[in-house]
Amino acid sequence: MTPRQKRLWGLVAIAVGVALAATLALQAFNKNITYFFDPSQVVAGQAPSDRPFRLGGMVTKGSVQRTAGSLDVSFVLTDFAHSVTVHYTGMLPDLFREGQGVIAHGSLRAGDFYADEVLAKHDEKYMPPEVAKSLKDHPPAAEKPSP
Amino acid sequence: MMPEWGTLALALAIVLSLSGAVLGLGPMPLPVELNLKLLRNCTLGVWWALAVAFALLVTALVTHDFSVAYVAKNSNTELPRLYCVAAAWGAHEGSLLLWALLLSLWSVLVARHSRSLPPTFRLKVLGVLALVQLGFLLFTLLTSSPFERNLVVPDEGADLNPILQDPALALHPPLLYMGYVGTAVAFAFAVAAMLTGHLDQAFARWVRPWTLASWLALTLGITLGSFWAYYELGWGGWWFWDPVENASFMPWLAATALIHSLAVTAQRGLFRQWTLLLSILTFSLSLLGTFLVRSGVLVSVHSFAADPTRGLFILGLLVFYIVGALLLYALKGQSLTQRGGFDATSRESFLLFNNALLVTTALLILLGTLWPLFLEVFQWGQISVGPPYFNVAFMIPMLPLVALASVGAHAAWKHGALWRRARGLAATAAIAMVLAVLLRSVYPSGGSWLTLCGFFAGCLILCSSLALWWWDLRASFGLRHAAVGMVVAHLGIGVFTIGVTGVSSFAIEKDVSLAPQESAVVADYRVTFIALQPVKGPNYDGLGGTFELRHANQWLATVESQKRVFHAGGAPMTHAAIFSRGGYDLFVALGEDLGAGKWSLRLQYKPLVRLIWWGGVLMALGGLWALVFRAKEVKA
Repeated sequence: MTPRQKRLWGLVAIAVGVALAATLALQAFNKNITYFFDPSQVVAGQAPSDRPFRLGGMVTKGSVQRTAGSLDVSFVLTDFAHSVTVHYTGMLPDLFREGQGVIAHGSLRAGDFYADEVLAKHDEKYMPPEVAKSLKDHPPAAEKPSP
Repeated sequence: MMPEWGTLALALAIVLSLSGAVLGLGPMPLPVELNLKLLRNCTLGVWWALAVAFALLVTALVTHDFSVAYVAKNSNTELPRLYCVAAAWGAHEGSLLLWALLLSLWSVLVARHSRSLPPTFRLKVLGVLALVQLGFLLFTLLTSSPFERNLVVPDEGADLNPILQDPALALHPPLLYMGYVGTAVAFAFAVAAMLTGHLDQAFARWVRPWTLASWLALTLGITLGSFWAYYELGWGGWWFWDPVENASFMPWLAATALIHSLAVTAQRGLFRQWTLLLSILTFSLSLLGTFLVRSGVLVSVHSFAADPTRGLFILGLLVFYIVGALLLYALKGQSLTQRGGFDATSRESFLLFNNALLVTTALLILLGTLWPLFLEVFQWGQISVGPPYFNVAFMIPMLPLVALASVGAHAAWKHGALWRRARGLAATAAIAMVLAVLLRSVYPSGGSWLTLCGFFAGCLILCSSLALWWWDLRASFGLRHAAVGMVVAHLGIGVFTIGVTGVSSFAIEKDVSLAPQESAVVADYRVTFIALQPVKGPNYDGLGGTFELRHANQWLATVESQKRVFHAGGAPMTHAAIFSRGGYDLFVALGEDLGAGKWSLRLQYKPLVRLIWWGGVLMALGGLWALVFRAKEVKA
């Protein structure tokens, strides 16, 4: 082989490698991205019922319910237009509080959301971007400020 | 008056960087030597000005001068002294100042240790560094000066974010920044090479230690950050594929590729254009890292500052440096021709694959990090790309890379001559396989075939690196120091791979609800909740739970996990109890009061997790070895 041919083969090998990597990556991508929905979309039936997704909103004040001594907890997530009840078993993050924005990952069953993971914001200034956007779409004017 | 002096020092540094950039890159009416002397003095001046500015900021923090907005926002009188100092880089404005300070430090070092370079080339290198410095100083002064005053002076400051109050984290940002900023040297070198049209092996040899030093700082910084996340964030993960972590990891991958491609350029004079491109890429990814972290476009654990004007400014800088350098590359890169070829099994070709795989990984991570942003910008829906994607995108190129490195390290330059090691390598692979199977059999659950692959890859590179050492020592020509560095760093890769495989295959995590005196079992270990008592720290109060850990009824340790509430306000924070012994960690985190006397607890069993950080430390040691002893080498 002349050096030129060699270089050509090298380029071909690299191109094949890149194509292969890209294919695998895109496949991994399609399988592994998670979509986000807000309570209004869930109530409107836009969220999938067959695959897990992320649900974000504010935890409604006074909605957190737990059987004493048990890890089972339920709370209501709202975007101030619609609400969805969320069930979760496990430890809640330090920053989980009523009236704060959280994101839950899980799936829908009979209208309720069963979460396997609950994420809260990480400091006072932070609100999950999806929640911030969904609050912008549904301004909390509907809810009267609590006295 | 002090903060005003700080602003003045910043302004002085800007003027000096501007002069430096003009002296280095502008037309040269002066004789070269005089020009260079002036430029070197500018560089030194920038360093002193920034050192003074930084010292003033630290003084303001330590003396609690709350008239300075940054001080009031990020420290208070209760904060321990160490964290007052660390608060200087705990938030956006201060960390930019640190960035600039470290860049000036690198520039001074480059100015001092570049006498072997031709003067015109040296001018260009220092000029490019001054130009980078100028951009970042302008950004600091115009959009985020740490010396801004409060109109009303508060009596007490806010707290430094509690999760940042930790010794490891006091050290993490400076190390990481040292690494980020260090990639600017390779960048300046590449731009200078394109401007002057010269890139010979001597230049590549000259830039290698600089790249190695910045890679070393990045490695240590990332390792430390990962360790911090593990024990401080309270949920026991060591890597979250958080955008900010990716921001530091992508430059690391690119810098790793660059070290290897520089080896080829220095030894054989090949891969020149690729080395140039990679230098630009590495620095671009470092800049992008700063952009991602500081612009607030990505909201993540680390995103404490969110301000779009800053983002736009950095984006502007990013475009200026990257597009500028790429244009230059398009115009001049082709003129740097090379001659010479290599065989398919030569070291060059293994290094080519190394580079292809590392860069592919970096780009895949970049795709996953930026894709959600694109979708959002174009309003195509909201997605999140999480660990499942990144794990696959990382593992698919990395496992073959580890295997290739195990073989490639034995290949000679140009002609490979791998046949002379064929039998030895086969034996090595067999031993690695046996070790992997043995290792897997330690854990009753056994894991999947992927576990075996991971253990095999880790053992393979360990065995092959040790074999390289042994054979070459026996062949009595000894190993060159650079090769010793490589062997040690590759051992680090092996240790890391085994650690990652172990913890991702066999870790057990369990949330339980326990009252004092009750116990739960996680992977043969019994955790008993002994008691709950109040605790008092220097600037927080809280509750502490004591736990007794037993294995097969034998006492191991009594540990305490705390729930801390900081006086300065904010949410409570979990301080997990971690018991580490030999091959595993036990992790207990106190949750919340569930009522009826019970508390939620998270229990975790993490086998081999420590190997992840020991691997990082070994890689850094390898880099350090190559760096320190390289100077003593007879032949580079």
